[in-house]
Amino acid sequence: MKFSINFMKYRKIFLTISAVLMAGSLLFLLIRGLNLSIDFTGGNVIQVELSKNEKISVGDVREVVDTVFQGNSMIQEFGDTAFIIRTQDDGDDARIKMLNALKMKYPEMEILGLEKVGPVVGAELRHEAYVGMVIALVAILLYITFRFQFRFAVVSVMALVHDTVLVLGAFSLAGMEVNTSFIAAILTVVGYSINATIIILDRIRENWKDLPTKRIVQLVNDSTNQTLSRTINTTLTTICPVIALFVWGGPVLSSFSFALLIGLIVGTYSSICISTSLLCEWWLKRPISGK
Amino acid sequence: MVKRDSMRLWSVLVVVIVAIVLAWPFTGVLNLGLDLRGGAHIVLQAVGTPDNPVTEDSIDRLLAVIRNRVDQYGVAEPLIQKSGQNRVIVDLPGIQDPQAALELIGKTANLEFREVVSASESTPPAPRRENYRDLDDEQFAVYQKRWEDAAAFAENAKEEFEKRLDSVPGGIVSMADVESSRDGTRRYYLLGPSLVGGKDLVDAKPHYDNIGRMGVSLKFNSDGAKLFETATMNNVGKQIAIVLDGVTVSAPVVQERIAGGEAQITGSFSSDEASRLSIMLRAGALPVAVEFAENRSVGPSLGADSIKSGIEAGLIGAVMVLIFMMLFYMLRGLAANVALSVTMLLVFAGMVALKATLTLPGIAGIVLTLGMAVDGNVLIYERIKEELRAGKTPVAALDAGFRKAFVTIFDSNFTTLIAAVVLFYFGSGPVRGFGVTLSIGIVASVFSNIVVTRVILLMFMRKSGAKPAAVKH
Repeated sequence: MKFSINFMKYRKIFLTISAVLMAGSLLFLLIRGLNLSIDFTGGNVIQVELSKNEKISVGDVREVVDTVFQGNSMIQEFGDTAFIIRTQDDGDDARIKMLNALKMKYPEMEILGLEKVGPVVGAELRHEAYVGMVIALVAILLYITFRFQFRFAVVSVMALVHDTVLVLGAFSLAGMEVNTSFIAAILTVVGYSINATIIILDRIRENWKDLPTKRIVQLVNDSTNQTLSRTINTTLTTICPVIALFVWGGPVLSSFSFALLIGLIVGTYSSICISTSLLCEWWLKRPISGK
Repeated sequence: MVKRDSMRLWSVLVVVIVAIVLAWPFTGVLNLGLDLRGGAHIVLQAVGTPDNPVTEDSIDRLLAVIRNRVDQYGVAEPLIQKSGQNRVIVDLPGIQDPQAALELIGKTANLEFREVVSASESTPPAPRRENYRDLDDEQFAVYQKRWEDAAAFAENAKEEFEKRLDSVPGGIVSMADVESSRDGTRRYYLLGPSLVGGKDLVDAKPHYDNIGRMGVSLKFNSDGAKLFETATMNNVGKQIAIVLDGVTVSAPVVQERIAGGEAQITGSFSSDEASRLSIMLRAGALPVAVEFAENRSVGPSLGADSIKSGIEAGLIGAVMVLIFMMLFYMLRGLAANVALSVTMLLVFAGMVALKATLTLPGIAGIVLTLGMAVDGNVLIYERIKEELRAGKTPVAALDAGFRKAFVTIFDSNFTTLIAAVVLFYFGSGPVRGFGVTLSIGIVASVFSNIVVTRVILLMFMRKSGAKPAAVKH
């Protein structure tokens, strides 16, 4: 053992910080809610480049768009010269009217992309997202219960809930869009975070025979430290590409890579500090004999 | 042991060679998703009416008509398929103007010629403030009011026509084409039964009339020609309305009886609109009306930008990972980097072999794999370090490191694989592509971690082991 950090000494602090962060996230989710994309709400999204050279402000675009949608739209800059216009209205006629109006004012207009999700498909995508999340979580829970003991599964799932809530809270705070690829990002974070948790738990399982001499806190702490360089190195090697995606991956992927980035950081923290702390506390309150 | 090592070496060589053969020549072998190559993904929902319900037969005819329209529009490799009971998915790669594609596919294009029974006055254009700069607001309001009255008059005419509809068997109330009245003029027609319809057309072409207006010229088959001749004969000096999907495109006055089955429609068409309308008329009307349930279209420039930024992010991410591994694990880092290159090769070949489609989230999945793939190496190397610290010889430490890390690698990758497979089954479109690349990436990286890395490390060891022996001689 080269060096050792006494993580478990601070377990109450970690748990408190996380409890506060989770409460804050839930509060944000309640008050501000999530910026759901048309994938789930239905609506139109239009990406247009209005002019190659002329600098056009969001206000200029809003003036034209409002003649059709009367303020019921969100306009955002996209890249350097383009705009994203989102409306909750999923009508085709209104979209055509708005495009015509834009084309009149900006003859150079080029449509970069059009997306429209009708209410039926929106509901289906929402349903798919729920079912997918639930199936993934249950499958992971079953797998860990099968491979480890039930308590391990419970603390890792609690860590996952923690990660998911914090990422959702960050999205609510940043007002970033939640779309179907966000679900993909969350599931990836879940898979990744559980991965880090498992490696620590795996080491705890391996060291379990020392429980009588070391006691639970020492054992968990040693196991965390033994796997620490792996946890940190892997996080770094994974975070590097994700940062690259976030910075250079272009505007289409920005909310996806933001979710991954936050998720990886939170997930690593929860693996090292939260699932282990929970395991210790649980054991101290109610030790079980045997494995 | 030695025998198993040489088995491993051979299996790695075979896998790499097979992968190279599959992936050769690397460019243009992957299917690109519509979000990368540009194109339109359209989901149409057939909407039945009591008179015209959605049946299996009408969906089949719908597919045929849409295929016909798409073929005539000239789209390479379109995908047109049934989805569920009443939906049709249309994928059109490489579309330049997504809005035009929507109009081409979604319009029913039911063309009819009908007798005009009665027509309302046309409302004048709505007054625009900028044309009345010399007036103050009060005076302008008078003009505004006058126009509103005229508009209300037109609406009254519409109601009156609707009341009279009972006395006109097979008749309809139709509004004049709004496109031709962008300034807000409105006009309604009370129309008689259909005299000739689009089903009797044999050809339709874009066409300029003698004063240079764009229109569509029509050619009827012999039945249609007869009907058209009768219709024009009975209505000389009267208006005949040309009605497309219930909207009156134009209502010319018939000058004389027209024989020979040729006619022209003129309205306010742009040349693109005229050529689209011609395609629709040639391909036939849709057997049922459709709605767009979903549409995701990406223009070619956005797709190209996405590819560019995806590759850029991937390369930068890869370089960061490669440098990190070299700095942290030196020679073993080099082995990990070689293994990582093999992983990438396998992902590429796997995509080709499974005929999977690469989407933008798919690229993100590959970039993510870059980071996660070396996780196995990190696990193994940390184990080897521990075993060395415990006093084992390098070869024994290597063996123990791989053996002990294997279970961990398997467990940890399995949970990510669960998430990836779920995404593959439940995700749609681009997200599905993420599930695909992530799944392939996980499988490829486990192979690289436990087989490729081991082979390379053994080769390094043999080399460094051989050197001292050579010095002794």
